[in-house]
Amino acid sequence: MKADTLAALLADIERDRPVVLATNLDSGDQRLLRRGDGETEPERTDVERALRLDACVTTDTDAAEAIFYQPFSPPLRMILVGAVHIAQPLSAMATLTGYDVTIVDPRESFAASERFPGVTLNLEWPDAALESLGLDPRCAVVTLTHDPKLDDPALQVALRSEAFFIGCLGSRKTHASRLRRLGKAGFTEADLERVKGPVGLPIGSRSPAEIAVSVLAQVTQTLRKPSPNIT
Amino acid sequence: MPDQSEMEVLFAARDWKAAGHGVALATVVKTWGSSPRPAGSHLAVRDDGAFLGSVSGGCVEGAVVGEALEVMKAGVSKVLEFGVTNERAWEVGLACGGTIRVFVEPLL
Repeated sequence: MKADTLAALLADIERDRPVVLATNLDSGDQRLLRRGDGETEPERTDVERALRLDACVTTDTDAAEAIFYQPFSPPLRMILVGAVHIAQPLSAMATLTGYDVTIVDPRESFAASERFPGVTLNLEWPDAALESLGLDPRCAVVTLTHDPKLDDPALQVALRSEAFFIGCLGSRKTHASRLRRLGKAGFTEADLERVKGPVGLPIGSRSPAEIAVSVLAQVTQTLRKPSPNIT
Repeated sequence: MPDQSEMEVLFAARDWKAAGHGVALATVVKTWGSSPRPAGSHLAVRDDGAFLGSVSGGCVEGAVVGEALEVMKAGVSKVLEFGVTNERAWEVGLACGGTIRVFVEPLL
């Protein structure tokens, strides 16, 4: 790699700009491509695919001039609504897993920095907070408050976004009434199917840390093993 | 895909180069079967043999570092393959039975 290619790549990474490094494995030639860039239509598709799936793409390997496309995307984000007890282990584990975590809670006594050292706290009302965070396909949103006043506005913003994961902590009963409220607010069946509730894989979690494991496992599963219609 | 530790490998490569070292970068470009590190994993190698990152979780790092030092001298990239079908498998194979293809390039 040329030192200036590496410098340009690292500059994009530092500025959270998604970019794909295309390497010709035979000649060693390299280019930096953004979404929409590419010399041919198949190449533009490969770039788009690498960015969307956040996975490396190689053109037919045994053909001459094999090209390796490696995406470099901004960090995944996890937005937790509710600075409650479970948010403590969940924010720590999500950070270890590579997420930029933001905890949203307008209640100052909950969203206290002593309770969440090193985590970004946002004290706006959840809908305003999520609007200003600009949710994108690399965001996961998990509501934790059990309080419709706080959870519902967040969910409404999340459902209008392309967030890859939307989950809600709470019982099946509260989840059913949550879906009814969202339905009344005008969201369709297909919208409501995006909401995972009660959030988390069923692994019999008891403690807050174990619940955090189950939530993070489900987020990971959704990210890494998406439904077959995403190719 | 690249997590923070992958970024650190690239930043280290840049810093070593800026400090006047010869540097080579190895990248996993394809994996078959079970292999510990996914495509896109990086290993940066410095001219004194120091390295950072991983392409195989430890199985073939020694061989890759050796090749990287050659690539640095020659100034030309090359593609390596490691796995059970490799004739050098007895020396440097992947215990997991997988195969990996690694692109090794000099930082110029």
